[in-house]
Amino acid sequence: MAAVNILETKGLTKTYGGLDANYNVDFTLKRGEIHALIGPNGAGKSTFVGMISGRIPATRGKVWFDGADVTRLPAHKRISLGIAYTFQITSVFGKLPVRENVALAVRRIRGRDRQAVRAKVDGVLERVGLTEQADQLAGDLSYGHQRVLEIAMGLAQNPELFILDEPTQGLALPEVEAFMQLVKDLRGETTILLIEHNMNVVMEVSDSLTVLNNGEVLARGTPGEIRANADVQAAYLGGA
Amino acid sequence: MSDISRIHILHAAMVVALVICWFVLPVYHAGNLARIMVFAIYAMGYNLLFGYTGLLSLGHALFFGAGMYGLGLAMHLGGVSAGPGILAGLITALVVSGVVGFLALRTSGVAFMIVTLMFAQAGYLTVLLFGTYTRGDEGFVLPQATRALMGIDLSDAQNRYFAALILFAIVLFFIGWLVRTPFGRCLVAIRENEERARMLGYDITRHKLIAVILSGTISGLSGAAYCLLFGSAQAAFAAVPYSIFPLLYVLLGGMGTTIGPFVGTLFMFYLIDWSGGNMMVAGVVLVALALFAPTGILGEIRRRFIPWLP
Repeated sequence: MAAVNILETKGLTKTYGGLDANYNVDFTLKRGEIHALIGPNGAGKSTFVGMISGRIPATRGKVWFDGADVTRLPAHKRISLGIAYTFQITSVFGKLPVRENVALAVRRIRGRDRQAVRAKVDGVLERVGLTEQADQLAGDLSYGHQRVLEIAMGLAQNPELFILDEPTQGLALPEVEAFMQLVKDLRGETTILLIEHNMNVVMEVSDSLTVLNNGEVLARGTPGEIRANADVQAAYLGGA
Repeated sequence: MSDISRIHILHAAMVVALVICWFVLPVYHAGNLARIMVFAIYAMGYNLLFGYTGLLSLGHALFFGAGMYGLGLAMHLGGVSAGPGILAGLITALVVSGVVGFLALRTSGVAFMIVTLMFAQAGYLTVLLFGTYTRGDEGFVLPQATRALMGIDLSDAQNRYFAALILFAIVLFFIGWLVRTPFGRCLVAIRENEERARMLGYDITRHKLIAVILSGTISGLSGAAYCLLFGSAQAAFAAVPYSIFPLLYVLLGGMGTTIGPFVGTLFMFYLIDWSGGNMMVAGVVLVALALFAPTGILGEIRRRFIPWLP
């Protein structure tokens, strides 16, 4: 029986040279939820998801994924348990074709079955709308398409938990809307943890959100509750 | 025609061309070609790590030397025949590359270059230190009578040529296959963007270690083959220049291409041969190539004319 909480952290702390980037973050995420992580620049959002995915080693605290303690697992093992991660700063294989970028994500799971890999890659490319660009080099894509490609590489892994670090950063309005539609379509397929600055996106797609401020959890609730929260308004939304 | 069948045809055509070369080339050049094929094996091994995985080693002479002395000492002092000798060379190179890989991969970038360079220097000095057995710089010669495999005299020019060709073909097809497997594709992914590959769930350290071991063992095969086919082992083959040669071969021929290492080895060999050992001429040509074809001869051909080139 899978755990109700796909993700849980207790006392998660990251200290950089005496400065706490994250301090005692207790966090739970229910399976199937779309959860947004918001907070001002420097609030520790990327550090937090870095410690979840294993990119950044935690100074203190613990992380459970699907009921299992993964605190000591290296990043690649956590990913293979079912966490997918997209980078805040676009990170694709620029000199490889788009198709190969996605195939690399699929192959870790499907291995040598070339037909299954190809079918999955085609399916994912079609879903995100990159079929036409499949044979271009990833580095030749527009910025917006590269962000979409990153999401495709995440989707291709059929993740249980999909961590997206500022996916809409730098996207044009229609691209943001396409992204929102994609996230809504993913509801029920996977759990999404989203770092996002665009409040329209946050309010529209997320079931719940957590506000980080100075590395600590300031508030947590539904979009409506957060909007009404005076502390959050003071810290983040621009004062009362 | 699919790219895969084109690649098979290209590799097969190359092997056939090399067979024909023996019959049409003058003896002198055919002899050179045997030597070039043996060194091309070395370059292909190096290319697996440098061209495909993106790890620049400055210490591959250690692996070449491990194969050379693994076979050479087993035959010279151990009195074994050529078959077990080759096995001894391969195992020595495998063990040495495993240990060096395990330790050196704790570093990356420039530190990796320095650490591999230092290991290779240590290997070279070890050969000199045990001069009683290795005879150091002077080296030792394998008696002609021992250089036979399954009754075939490998010191004979024709047998030697075809033995080199068979080994070359095996390694060429092996690498051609390997780089198309999921493992090989992951090596390229590591070269292109290591952090992204890690965050796709690949165990980067394990992939790199296997790449070092494969690369080192293929280099060792080349060293063992050289010792067996040309009958001598000398400390010079474990020294710094022999760590630089495969790097030059691969850069010239085209890193990350299957036949680039052979082309680079051939080019370099005849460049030095035709310039009469005049390093000034060789140097100018190398600089010109670095300026005008930074991706090597095959890399440039791939970019301009034949995009499917493996």
